[in-house]
Amino acid sequence: MDEPVKEVFNEARERAAQDYKNQRRITIDPITRLEGHGKIDVFLDQKGEVERAYFQVPELRGFEIFSIGRPAEDMPQITSRICGVCPTAHHMAATKALDDLYKIKPTSAGRKIRELMYNLFMLEDHALHVYVLGGPDFIVGPDAPAAMRNILGVIEKTGLDVGKKVIGMRRRIREAMAYLGGKVVHPVLGLPGGVAKGVKADDLPMFKELAKDGLEFAQFTLQVFSDIVLKNEKYVELVTSENYTHRTNYMGVVDDQNRVNFYDGMIRVVGPEGNEVVKFKAQDYLKHISEHVEPWSYVKFTYLEDIGWKGFTDGPDSGVISVAPLARLNAADAMATPLAQEAREEYFKILGGRPVHYTLANHYARVVEMIQAAETIQELVNDPEITSTDLRNIPTETPTVGIGVVEAPRGTLYHHYETDERGVLTKANLIVATQNNSARMAMSVEKSAKGLIHEGKVDEGLLNMVEMAFRAYDPCHACATHSLPGQMPLRARVYDAEKNIIQEFQK
Amino acid sequence: MSDKPKIAMYWCASCGGCEESVVDLAEDILFVVENVDIVFWPVALDFKKKDVEAMEDGSIVASFINGAIRTTEQEEMVRMLRRKSQIVIAYGSCAQTGGIPALANLCEREAILQYVYHDAPTVKNPEGTRPQLETRENGFRATLPEFHNVVRTLGQIVDVDYYLPGCPPSPKLLKEAVIVLLSGNLPPKGTVLAPDKALCDECARKETKPETMEIEAFHRPHNTPVDPELCFLAQGIVCMGPATRAGCGAACTCGNMPCTGCYGPTSRVEDQGAKILSSLMANLAPKDEEGIRKALEGIPDPVGTFYRYAVAGSLMRGKLTK
Repeated sequence: MDEPVKEVFNEARERAAQDYKNQRRITIDPITRLEGHGKIDVFLDQKGEVERAYFQVPELRGFEIFSIGRPAEDMPQITSRICGVCPTAHHMAATKALDDLYKIKPTSAGRKIRELMYNLFMLEDHALHVYVLGGPDFIVGPDAPAAMRNILGVIEKTGLDVGKKVIGMRRRIREAMAYLGGKVVHPVLGLPGGVAKGVKADDLPMFKELAKDGLEFAQFTLQVFSDIVLKNEKYVELVTSENYTHRTNYMGVVDDQNRVNFYDGMIRVVGPEGNEVVKFKAQDYLKHISEHVEPWSYVKFTYLEDIGWKGFTDGPDSGVISVAPLARLNAADAMATPLAQEAREEYFKILGGRPVHYTLANHYARVVEMIQAAETIQELVNDPEITSTDLRNIPTETPTVGIGVVEAPRGTLYHHYETDERGVLTKANLIVATQNNSARMAMSVEKSAKGLIHEGKVDEGLLNMVEMAFRAYDPCHACATHSLPGQMPLRARVYDAEKNIIQEFQK
Repeated sequence: MSDKPKIAMYWCASCGGCEESVVDLAEDILFVVENVDIVFWPVALDFKKKDVEAMEDGSIVASFINGAIRTTEQEEMVRMLRRKSQIVIAYGSCAQTGGIPALANLCEREAILQYVYHDAPTVKNPEGTRPQLETRENGFRATLPEFHNVVRTLGQIVDVDYYLPGCPPSPKLLKEAVIVLLSGNLPPKGTVLAPDKALCDECARKETKPETMEIEAFHRPHNTPVDPELCFLAQGIVCMGPATRAGCGAACTCGNMPCTGCYGPTSRVEDQGAKILSSLMANLAPKDEEGIRKALEGIPDPVGTFYRYAVAGSLMRGKLTK
């Protein structure tokens, strides 16, 4: 190589190396152990401090639009494909929207079977997060090797017996759900006015045994959490550190005594001080819930209309809302069942009273909720009506508008349909749990990145700790991306024979 | 790393149900991890894109890819996994035929954008903001992948070796597929790894299916009492069973609801929707125009009913807009 060429070559290489050394952008792609797609871009300033971190959702699908023209009764099955991890949540919100659409109440047994299905789902889905998705960060350790921070590492750490117990329990719960719903991923039981299938008296003992073991399992999980996290000073410090703290509004469904309810009730929002900001019926959601659009993510950001969109900030003047277990426990005054209530009291005692603002406390709140789900299952299978064959009321009203809300494991979920007189959809609006959390999640990721990354020093453990900031919410980006695409800047140029542009279209 | 066969799992435009079906292997997942190394599986394991990039071409024995293809990112990832893999398996109905996300092929793209970011009743967007492929803020550049105009199947993007059908595939089918792969005794390329017979064959109501049908009218399940033992078609309720591949154990009919066709057609059928359409119409009792019109009122959405999971993979593939 000629000497001058060599010089230029070396200079360029030097420059490239320098750029690399002063790398200002760190990308975590794909983010892992969550449902759906996501990416984190962290930008550093000259000193290597985090200036900006984006938590981005790079995908969308379009359910609200392609639902138009579909028969309403198909919606519980179509919208369950928004998410295969929480299909039961969409299935149930859709089914409740159909009740409202046809102005028909489910039969008493129909409602109980729905609640049985729903609490089974809540128990297994929370267990999935505790042992497979988020939990490994604690059970195996936040900075354990990447190859170990997963369910396989959990099994290795806790022993094959525990692993088999968890796997076996989830399988049994999901078999019971398949019994009720035909299949467990994308069940088919929901119809306006009730359910398609009930529980045969002969099969009740299986449900009763499962209920008993389910409660034991939930209590075992609380013990595991207590032993591994609460007894570890380092973890408690991590959970309560400012890096993972945000003071926002909290939203959740509550029953008539303001207790946590997953299936039905009023929607209650409390402020960062724990005071009730607003309480409303599902049918009034349009007055209170709005969505904000940002150019850097396909997900929309839900906020409280009563306060307005004030940007990605927390505190009492901000409209940012949080949902999911942490939020539900904050938004309610109590749990609905005795053992869960005991666990809840302990939870607030340990974490310094209500409301709790620690994002990572979502994991703890999730376990408290597992106990409520398990106790509710027990109540329902011991209710003689659960084997009733009065499963459905057949609708007669002409449909117009239907709104259905449930608490998905990941937070409040809204389905809103409008139809013609045949019950064929003319409009749909879906606000999913993770969307309700999307603003706080974006804030959490940025704040943890700012708190954890200094002087440009990053390693995989630190980056995983940034991921822990979103993982605590158990986000479901398959859900959050139910709506379709962002802009594709389309440019078409028309050239003449001399290659001159004669026309240009831009969209 | 050990010398066990390397397996990858990835998702595109999908719901995560396929991932759940893998978790639903339950105890059998221990058998899987004893016999293979899972080298990429974003839902459960922390390996990143760069880890896959660093692997040698062809070093992954099999990639199970679920979801339809909608974005440039998904396209890039599946092309990369194709390069790195000896075998690519389209896992689930979205990858095989487009699945429910492919119903979006019936909509105009701009109408979707307009609704989602401007017209939806809860959206407040006075600035008219839309997500951008590139956002510049204080010298930082945040990027988003680009969307194709239509949803495509995996096979329309890369070469696919095998198909596992279903929304999602049953854990049983998955386990059988893994056993076949480990045996090294591979079926011919293009094989659908599920029984090649109609769903009716495994339906508990099979005996009640009439030899010849005279369907007077179609009834929608929400306003019709449903007999839990009787063939749905005999009750005048549309059931996709005759045009759908078996393999799920007739799960939906066990739940007292009709089959909606998620396992796609058998090998003898080119187009699932056309097949059920011709079959149902041949069994319609009324033969006059008015009578036929009246009977069909019970099917207000033929495309969504007959092609619910199959728009992208069907002969029509989508709606021609403009």
